[in-house]
Amino acid sequence: LGITDPWIITAYVLCILSALACIVYGLMNWNKGVGDETSQIEEEVKW
Amino acid sequence: MNTFTLGLVVILYMLLIAYLGYIGYRRTKTTKDYLLAGRDSHPFIMAMSYGATFISTSAIVGFGGMAGKFGMGLIWLVFLNIFIGIFIAFVFFGRITRRVGLNLDAHTFPEFLGNRFQSKSIQIISGLIIFIAMPLYAAVVLIGGARFIESIFQIDFTLALIFFTLIMSAYVIAGGLKGVMYTDAAQGTIMFVCLLFLLIFSYFKLGGFSAAHQALTNMANLVPADLAAQGHLGWTAFPKINSAWWWILVTNIILGVGIGVLAQPQLVVRFMTVRSSRELNRAVMTGGIFIFVSTGFVYTVGALTNVWFYETSGKLALDAVGGNVDKIIPEFINQAMPAWFIYLFMIALLSAGMSTLSSQFHTMGSAIGRDVIEKIFPKTGLNTMMIARLGIVFGVLISLLIGYKLPMGIIARGTAIFFGICAATFLPAYIASLYWKRVTRSAVLWSIISGMVTSAFALGFLHKSESLPLGICKALFGKDFLIDKFPWMIIDPLILALPVSVFVLIVVTFVTRPPEKEFLDKCFK
Repeated sequence: LGITDPWIITAYVLCILSALACIVYGLMNWNKGVGDETSQIEEEVKW
Repeated sequence: MNTFTLGLVVILYMLLIAYLGYIGYRRTKTTKDYLLAGRDSHPFIMAMSYGATFISTSAIVGFGGMAGKFGMGLIWLVFLNIFIGIFIAFVFFGRITRRVGLNLDAHTFPEFLGNRFQSKSIQIISGLIIFIAMPLYAAVVLIGGARFIESIFQIDFTLALIFFTLIMSAYVIAGGLKGVMYTDAAQGTIMFVCLLFLLIFSYFKLGGFSAAHQALTNMANLVPADLAAQGHLGWTAFPKINSAWWWILVTNIILGVGIGVLAQPQLVVRFMTVRSSRELNRAVMTGGIFIFVSTGFVYTVGALTNVWFYETSGKLALDAVGGNVDKIIPEFINQAMPAWFIYLFMIALLSAGMSTLSSQFHTMGSAIGRDVIEKIFPKTGLNTMMIARLGIVFGVLISLLIGYKLPMGIIARGTAIFFGICAATFLPAYIASLYWKRVTRSAVLWSIISGMVTSAFALGFLHKSESLPLGICKALFGKDFLIDKFPWMIIDPLILALPVSVFVLIVVTFVTRPPEKEFLDKCFK
């Protein structure tokens, strides 16, 4: 890689893992979280 | 480079932004539209707006230049930006912030804290702190954009500063958060494409991936003697642990922005702009990829500019630009990249500055308008939108004045100061508001005040970079900073102010009466 410092290699690895975590989380929860729509909650608060 | 062609490209870009700002204006009918984009933003628009607001000219020019000075150690900041700034922020803060904000009908971050703790004082003080501190951050982003316009168009800096400000003010004042978020999404997309190309071109120019890194590693013996004495071990190595260079990189550059992102008022508001939690889940993916490319790529290129400048001029990046760290990335682009890419980069840089500034102006306006003036003088006869618009004009003028007076090479540091102040002042209160039901109104109020006061004290009397130019410590005590024992004069104020703020929050909570269960049920139902 042309880089040998373990601190720098660790940082790059953690960046890639974090980005992957964001992608995996987004895909796994793509359709989850429905049922707390803004309009629904506003209606409840109003009533 | 052809100024006429560049002018044409910029005009086309401005027309696109004006069109999106106009759509935002047409769709803004109510206070909810103006302050929260109607609470029905698309996940892509929300994620790109969050990312583009987070990543400004400060990140590209300021921190990119810092990577040219400090090297690849800044990649730790990229990790914090993705992991804390996106993953933790969206997964552990976003959903609950949206839910509580909606239950309590909060439209701004200070209003969120104020309503959560049933305290007008918390809302007013938070709004004032934002309005006083944010112009510094806005000013450094303004400088980043104006400096680039100055060097590309060869026009006067003051003229560039005013031109840059007027364009943005127009669509923020008219279009509110809808105008801001629509333009943010377009600007974020331009930035993404441009920074992707930047990394590819840079590796191509430097002979490929491994060759470029190896060349930079081989330059370790070229570190100037004074920097080597402070702990600089080269541009592909982390500084020597506990050295002055290490303390500066870790506390002044990495931690402030890395942690402070969680308590940025202009970013927290984004969580309250979506229709349901599903939109936040989907936005995590877009946000993670965007931050990985926008910060990771530009910081890597920032470090690699040393190879290019050394091979072409025999100088290190910082020396090649006359010692102004803010000029490393613009000069590298100007000298190393093809003409058409300079046009694209110019637009990307304008996008980075405008997307962040528009949100800053909007946040300043809503802070002074809705959170301060409307709370202190509820019977002004003006509606929230009108007061917020007047607040934006006032905030813009202050930012302009500060931008005109600030010294060179201040972009990254100015950003880190603001992020650090936000972390020390708001982060303990914000986390407690979501996850600690026992926390009390008095504890939050005193935590916010102690965080702000400690930050201000450390900036004025302890931290050399600010206490020296401010001169208050010198005038009162006859010396530039109070503690001259290493490393106290170079440790970021955040390291002192955040623990103080947390300590005050915990102690005051346990000596004051807990909040009513009925109200908490309303907040978290």
